[in-house]
Formats: sequence, structure tokens, C-alpha cells
Amino acid sequence: MNHEILIAILLLSPLLGFIINGLRFKSKNYILAGTIGTSAIFVSFVTAILLFLELVGMPADQRTITVNYFNWINVGSFNINAGFVVDQISSIMLLIITGVGTLIHLFSIGYMHHDKGVTKYFSYLNFFVFNMLILVLGDSLLTMFVGWEGVGLCSYLLIGFWFSDAAKAAAGMKAFITNRIGDAAFLLGLFVLFMTFGTINFHELNALAPTVTDASWSGAVTLATILLFIGASGKSAQIPLYVWLPDAMAGPTPVSALIHAATMVTAGVYMIIRLNPIFIAAPNTMMVIAIIGAATAVMAATIGLVQNDIKKVLAYSTVSQLGYMFLAVGVGAFGAGMMHLMTHAFFKALMFLGAGSVIHGMHEEQDIRKMGGLRKYLPITHFTFVLGWLAIIGFPLFSGFFSKDEILWKAFSSPRGHIGLWIAGVIGAMLTAFYMTRLMALTFWGKSRIDKNVHPHESPWIMTVPLIILGILAAISGFVGVPHVVAEYLGHIPNFWEQWLEPVISSLPAAELNHAAHSVSDEWLLMGTSVFLALSSATVAFIIYTKKSAVADQLATTMKPAHDLLVNKYYVDEIYFGGIINPLINLSKNIWFYIDVNFIDKITHIVTDFTQDTGRFVKTLQNGNMQQYAMYISLGLVVVLSFVLMR
Amino acid sequence: MIDNNLIGSSVLSVLIFLPLIFAAVILLWPQKNTVRELAFGFSIIQLAVSLFMLKDFNSATAALQFVEKFSWIERFGISYFVGVDGISVMLVMLTTVLMPIMILGSWKSIDQKLKGFHVALFVLQSAMLGSFLALDAVLFYVFWELSLIPMYFIIGIWGGSRKIYATVKFFIFTMTGSVLMLLAIIFMMRLTPEVTGGAISASLLDFYKLKIPFIGNDFFTPQTLLFFAFAGAFAIKVPLFPLHTWLPDAHVEAPTPGSVVLAGVMLKMGTYCYLRWVIPLFPEASSHFAWLFISLGVIGIIYGALVAMIQPDVKKLVAYSSVSHMGYIILGLFVLNVYGVNGALYQMLNHGVSTGGLFLLIGMIYERTHSREISKYGGLASAMPIFTIVFLIVTMSSIAVPLTNGFIGEFLILLGAYNYSPLVAACAVIGVVLGAAYMLWMVKKVFFGPAGEIVTQSLHDPEHALHDLSLREFSVMAPILILILWMGLFPNTIMNYSKASVDYLLANRQNYSLSILQDSSKDTLEEAK
Repeated sequence: MNHEILIAILLLSPLLGFIINGLRFKSKNYILAGTIGTSAIFVSFVTAILLFLELVGMPADQRTITVNYFNWINVGSFNINAGFVVDQISSIMLLIITGVGTLIHLFSIGYMHHDKGVTKYFSYLNFFVFNMLILVLGDSLLTMFVGWEGVGLCSYLLIGFWFSDAAKAAAGMKAFITNRIGDAAFLLGLFVLFMTFGTINFHELNALAPTVTDASWSGAVTLATILLFIGASGKSAQIPLYVWLPDAMAGPTPVSALIHAATMVTAGVYMIIRLNPIFIAAPNTMMVIAIIGAATAVMAATIGLVQNDIKKVLAYSTVSQLGYMFLAVGVGAFGAGMMHLMTHAFFKALMFLGAGSVIHGMHEEQDIRKMGGLRKYLPITHFTFVLGWLAIIGFPLFSGFFSKDEILWKAFSSPRGHIGLWIAGVIGAMLTAFYMTRLMALTFWGKSRIDKNVHPHESPWIMTVPLIILGILAAISGFVGVPHVVAEYLGHIPNFWEQWLEPVISSLPAAELNHAAHSVSDEWLLMGTSVFLALSSATVAFIIYTKKSAVADQLATTMKPAHDLLVNKYYVDEIYFGGIINPLINLSKNIWFYIDVNFIDKITHIVTDFTQDTGRFVKTLQNGNMQQYAMYISLGLVVVLSFVLMR
Repeated sequence: MIDNNLIGSSVLSVLIFLPLIFAAVILLWPQKNTVRELAFGFSIIQLAVSLFMLKDFNSATAALQFVEKFSWIERFGISYFVGVDGISVMLVMLTTVLMPIMILGSWKSIDQKLKGFHVALFVLQSAMLGSFLALDAVLFYVFWELSLIPMYFIIGIWGGSRKIYATVKFFIFTMTGSVLMLLAIIFMMRLTPEVTGGAISASLLDFYKLKIPFIGNDFFTPQTLLFFAFAGAFAIKVPLFPLHTWLPDAHVEAPTPGSVVLAGVMLKMGTYCYLRWVIPLFPEASSHFAWLFISLGVIGIIYGALVAMIQPDVKKLVAYSSVSHMGYIILGLFVLNVYGVNGALYQMLNHGVSTGGLFLLIGMIYERTHSREISKYGGLASAMPIFTIVFLIVTMSSIAVPLTNGFIGEFLILLGAYNYSPLVAACAVIGVVLGAAYMLWMVKKVFFGPAGEIVTQSLHDPEHALHDLSLREFSVMAPILILILWMGLFPNTIMNYSKASVDYLLANRQNYSLSILQDSSKDTLEEAK
């Protein structure tokens, strides 16, 4: 089929779903709303597969489908089309968004069936997918920005979906405004690139990138990429703008799975991969990205250790895993970053949906201290959750193992890597294994701490089928990109992932690559170390939280300051409120009071009062009293005469 | 054919004077209860006339079109001289499009002295169109001043509790500017014999020919003084920080249609005149003092946003947001590049549409609850879902989310600002964040959260029941919603009208002159191609 029509169907199908459900938003018919919403995304999924197959059929170096629908903005030399591009990078994203999206829509039918806003919910969810597709397909930074802000808007609406709860509405607002800070930087970065290269089209920018290298801290490319990275850190919840994501868990759980785990939050990583030649040209920026990524990975994982809300644990885990993706792209391992993006989309969407199934089965209970032993009641949820758990802790041959170990290896071996980054990554992996095992143990294993009045039950098939499919993907999807050293022992599976991305991922400059030669034994050694440490950490957590729960309490009391610090999330929210937001509000009150009311208006009043007073005074002169007039005349005469005569 | 030509050639006079005729008819209309319908019909006729003009408008040229010139006060070279170009055509359309929306929007909120109100509205429309179309300084001044009078009455008669304070403040501020401008106009007329060969002229085209000396930093040189007289007068109207304090008071006290016309069109008289008068008349001074206006614009963006954040009254919040938005427009105008000026011109329309829309929506809710105090609201979204959706869409336009009109304008202005100086863009971009903050904060407090005082009361008291948007109210908002999306998706369809004029202005600022496109020459022009 014609590419233009195919991409139009891909984009317009969710938009149509949004409009149809949006127009009948008061309906409580969840079957109809869900069917419309789910099939809209499924249609997109089918077209995404067709487009992917088209790409597969093309020669490796020509795998690009570009369409231009109309000219959007044309002012001076700034000319932007409503142009979209499907290539190796965006086609993978398309499959993830529409594929995982379809499953999550399906799951939502079961999860949201009792909600009175169910039609509105599906409408928003479809609109989100539409914007996400625009973000991914846009052929320039500005068309991407349309989707970029659009997904932010949908995220705002969906986090605050149960808006009658003030805290949930506030969480939506916090997400939007925090993202706006990143977006403002994104815009500035866009301006820098436009002024430097005269274009913001991805294809043209990437073609021009090899002509520049910006080793300085203040050069245009470094500045632009730093600004874009600030934008990415807003959307993808990195230090210091991550604070909105844990709060975003106020939204319905499938929303957390789709938006705040699998798709939207990866937009920042995607943008950097999209512009990888530009980022390669700015080594200092890459260093910043790698450090921020590693720091976020560790920091969020430590907070995850002490969270008791099942969704909050997963939220901090998401922040942490996104940190790994930034660590990957920061050391130039764009392919590994992209792969972790995909495997994470599968296993984290799986676990969020699993958490949704648990919450559903526990009648809206989210506190894992009040769970335990759920394995018996929710067998399918438990089994699929185990697959996700094995994937995220990097159990050998599960998807997360391949993607995370590739990142760790590159963090060490890449010419832009560093042993410190590797160590941070391994610490993060150990922490991940610990808090995820803790989550599993407290939720599914050990003794039941469930309230007597709560009768947990397994979810209906419409919710478990997506879990099973995602579980399979979380288990096996890593085999698309098996590293060479491992592949040798697995019957020489080719590394499809690398081959597929190779034409669109630039390698680091040859001069740098020559320095970095590492042996196969190094790779085995590092992989073995990290896997061993992570599994040990998981074992310790398993023992503590299933057998010796007293140890956990003991640890908390002996290390009280550290525990408090983590429970309070390093007081970052408090610091932002005390250090930025409250002072800003006080400033606003003061400038309004002192400048508007007591300065500008005061001057106005002084001028008008002066005019009035003068008028009042002059009025008294003209009082109709003849004797007074005579006196004024004679006084005036005296003055005038004395002037004339005295001269 | 002949008829067509007749109207075609005097279409601008029809646009300016038809509202006055409408006003007279309304005044004499015998039935009080059909005044609204009559006025609405008239405003639609006026809109049709402007669309008729737009159809024949040639957007390929920067020349003045549909020009009419008759001698008025011959001795002083004052004439009735009107014409339209790509810049003024945008504002003419803004005026005629908003008028029917405004009348439909005031259906319920204005319930006394109906005739007087609509007469004032049409006189105001005539005056505003006159100021956009006038090409003679004295004629322009007459229209400019004329626009104050109906506005004075609209706030003073149909306004809120502190209406007298607000009207007097409004009048004093704007009159101060006007006096400055009048002096400057007279001064310039005295210079015109240099270029006309002896006769005094008030024609703007003759003013353009004047080369008023500009000497660097010396403040007391003719061009600098004239520049500040004009720019100052317009700055009050815009209003530019720190001359803005009349605006929040005027908005809070004005009835809904008054606020709409004030924010929607009247403020643009100020920004428009920078393009028509200040920048081409005083090119050197405009460049030389651009930094001052850019700084005040950027301060206004941030100051307006910060102060908006702490306002307890919704209308005052939107009024301060106007200060912020108008700061963007001034910033865009004075960076004097193709992005900034096109963006600023577009933002003039956007602000009219979205802030006008916000005021209409606030009016609708005020009619139901008689309160604008943010803290009394909360939970309105459950009571009025459709109203909430419409309000959210207009909010998105106001905070410049892509695919709404606001984004195009704000983006181009920021791009222009970056082109001028990255530092300026970096400061202005703070407004993008603060804008989202104060609007969403307000949305959260009014619409979300548990039911507040007002919503709770409405549940128990059928008299105060909160009905969702009526069909009439929805028809008021529908054109605004369509414009928001259309202007966000297809900006070229609108910007194309003004591009030639803006390009010409920027390229020929130093010796600006506008040629006049004869009606017949349109055909020859096309043939020449």
C-alpha cells in the first residue's frame, strides 16, 4: 500500500478513537469504549507491522520511509513540514508503542470496568498513543516537540484522572510543570541547533554532524545537546527533574504501565538515539549524560529499597532503569540503550500490569506490608510477575540480562566509558535485585498479612492474557541481541539487533576506538561479576523478607539516619518547595504589593491627588466674594507695580 | 460587475461607517426585546463585509489596497485617508470576527440598558477599525480617541462595584499617552513641508518620507523625542510594564464583553501601531532603543506571570496573564527580525482569540455563581464537564501547547528572540514555565479537587444549580475552539496574508514607503506574472 496512506492510518486511527470516545465521554458502557479504544490501537499495530515488513524488504542502507503531508510553519528560512519518517529506530518504537499499547488497552477494559469515567479514560489513552506516535515519527525536532508536549498533556490528564482527589490533581500538575522546565530547555536547544546548522530536520542534522566536533564546554553543539538533554531529563525523569514520576503513580495503573514505564518516559532516550551523530560530536555532553544516568540509576534504586507502595517501588525502579538507558547512550552504546528501552518496556509494563492485577484482586490495596502469600490466590499474575522479576534482575538468558549486561560492558569498555560508571552500574544492579526481590517476597511469597476482610482473587482473562504475552516477551525478547561472546555458546545466533540498527547508529570516532581494545575474557569476567553480585543480593533479600523479617526491622533501626533519609526520598521535594517554589510565591506576593500597589499606583494616585487638590484650592479663590476679588486685584497690582518700579 | 467594483473600491469606508449606521438604527429601534438579535445580525453583516474585502485582498504585495482619500481639512493637509495592507488586514479581521462572538457572549450578562450597550459596542468597533485603517495622522488620532469613549461607558455603566475607580484610571492612563502622541503628530506635521514642497500634510505616507535626524545617544534630538512620544503612548495601551496597572482594574470591573473587546482588540491597537507608526517612522531610534523595549517586554513576561500566580480573582489572573502575553508581543516586535515580527503579529491574533475565549468562559461561570474568587471553587469539573473541557482547550492555547494557535506565535517570538540574543531568549523562556504554572494552578483549584463552597451549594440549592454549557454558550465558544486548532495546524493559511508586508517592512525600514495598489492594477499585476 501507499506509504502515505499507511502512515496516515497509523496516526489517525488512535485520533479517531480519541474523537469517538471523546464525543460520547459520559457513556459508562465499558465494553463499547474499550472495544473502540483497543481496536483503534490494534489497527495502528497492524500498520506498524506492515511498515516494519516494508523496511525489512528494503536494502539495509535504504531503510527509510519519509512522508510529507503539508507545510506547517514557513517563516523566513524556518520551514517545517508535517513530515514523518519510519526508519530502523522509529519502526521499533512503533512496534513497542502500538504492541504494548494494544495489550494495555485490553487490560484496561478489565481494570477500569467499574469506573464511571471509563469512556473518557479510553479517549485520553488513545490521544496519548496518537501523540506518542507523532513524537516518534516526527522528522524534525519541532514535529517531535508536538508529540513531546502532547504526551505531556495526556500524562497530565491521566495522572489527574481521578481529579476529585486534590493530591492526584496536584500530581498531574506537578508532572506538567516539571516537564515544562525540560521543554523550555528543549526549545532553547532547538534554537541553538537551528542557528548553528540552519535546519532542525533529523536527517539533515545527522548528515551535517560529522563535519563538527565540539570538544569544548561552551561550543554550540555542546550547548545544544546539554539543553536537549535537560529536556530529556524532564520527560525521562532523570536527576534533577525526576520528582514528578513517583507522584505520577496517582493515575490508573495501566496508565503507569503505558505512559510512565513503557513509552513516554523513554522519549528522552529515543530523542538522543535519534540524534546520535550530533551527541557523538559533543563528548562533554555525553560524559554528563553518562554520569547523570549512572547517578540516577543508583539514587532511585536506593529509594526503591524502602518504599511500601507496590507502584512506588516500580516507579523508582523505572527512574533507575531509565538511568541505565542514559548511561548507555552517554557512553556511546546507543544500540544497547535502545535494546534496554525495549526489554524494559516489556518487563516493566508487565510488572505494572501485574501490580494492577494485584491491586484489582486486593480491592485497591497498594501497601505491600498488607500483602504476602498472594502466590496462592493470583497464580497467573504471580507466574508472569516472576518472569518480569527474573528479567529485571538480569537472570541469565532473560531479556534484561542481555540488555543490562551489554550496557554495563559498554560502560566499562567504550572509549567514553569508565570503570567508575561500571561500578555504579553494578551497585545499581545489586540494589535492583534487592528491592525487586523484596517486592516479590512481600507481595507474593512468605506469610500472608492480608486483612481478614479482603478476599484476593485472580483477575479475569482480559487482564491475564496481556500479562502472559508480556511475560513471554520479557523472558525471550533478549535473544534478538545476543552479544557475540554469549552467542558462541548458543549456536551462533546472529545479533539481529546490531545488524538492524547498524546503518543509523554512528560509531564513535575511529581515533577513540583504537585505544579501546578489550579481550573476550574481560567481558566474561565483568559479566560474571555483575551477575554473581546481583544474584547474591537477590538471595539475601529473599532470605530476609521471606524467612527473617525481623532482620529488616533491625536493619532499619540500626541504620536509622540512612533509613529516614531514604524514606523521605532524600528530602528532595522538601528542598524544591523550600528552596524554589515557596520563595517564588513570596517573591510574587512582594513584587505585586511593592511594585504594583505601592509604587506604580501610588505615583498615579499622587498625580491625581495633586491635580484634585490644586483644583480644590483654585476653586476657593473663585468664591464670588467681591471684596476678596478686589483684594486680589490690589495685591496683584502691588506686586506688578513693585516689579516695574524697583527695576 | 459595476456593483461589485463600487463596493470593492469603498469597502473600507463601508467597514468603518457601517457600524455607526448600525448604532443609529439600534438607537431608533422600537422593540427593546429584539435588540440583541438585531445587533447580532448586524455584526454578522459586518463580518461578511470584511470577508468580502479579504476575498479581494492581494496578499502577494506589500502595497496599500482599497485606498480611499478625500481632502478633509485642506488648510492643514488633513484628509480622510484609509487603506489596508497585510498587517492591518489581520487586525481588521480579528475585530470583525470577535464582534458576533462578543454579542452572543453578552446575551445574558448584559440585562439593562441594552440599546446603549450595543450602541457603544458598534461605535467602538467603528473606532477600532478606523484606527487600524487610517493613513492620516489626524484621522488616526480621532479614531484612537473615539475608541476611549464607548469603552469608558461600557466599564462605567455595565461594570462591577469599583467601576468608577477603574474607568477613571483607564482614562487617565490612556489620555496621558494620547496627549503625548498629539503633540508628536503636530510636531511632525510641521516638518512635512520639507517633503511635500511647501504644504502641510498629515498623511502617513508623507510622514514616512521625512528623514528625522537621529543623533546617537543624545536624548533631546527630534527623532528620539518623537519616538518616545509615540512609543510611550502605545506602550500604555499595550500595556507594557510598568505602565500596566490600569489593565487589571479595568478587566476586573468590565463586563464580560468589555473584557473581551479590551483584551481581544483594544490592546492590539497599541502593538499594531508599533508596526504601522513607530518602527517605520523612527527606524534608527527603534533599533537604538530596541534593548529598552525588549527588556521591558521580557520583564513584563516574567512579572505578569509571577503576579498572576498569586491572584485570588480569576479575572485578575487572566488580566495579569495578558500583561505577560503582551510582553511576548513587544519582545517579538523589537527584535526586528522576520521570526519575531511575524510571530508577534500572529500572537496579536492568538491573544485575541484565547484570552478573549478565557474571558468569555469566566463570564459564563460568573453568570451562574456571581463569584470569581478562586478559593471558593473546586470540583467544578464534576458539575460542568463540557465547560471544563472547553476551558482546558483554551487554557492549552493560552499556555502555547503545540497544535494550538498560541504555540506558533510564542515559538516564533522565542526563535526571533534567540536570533537577537540567546540571553534574551533564555530569560523569555522562563515565561513558558511560569505560564503553565499559573494557569494549571488555577485550573486545579477551580475545576479539580473535592467540591468547594460553590459546587457544594449548587448541589443542595436548585436555585444555584450549575448547568453545563447551553447551546448558545457552546456556539459562542465553537468558533474560538475552531480558530485555536485551525491557527495551530495551518498557520500558513493566515500568515500568508501578512508575509509580504512584514518582509517589506523589515527589508526597507530605513526608507519605508508604501505604494498604493490601484484596484485595476490587480489584474495587470497578475498578467505581468
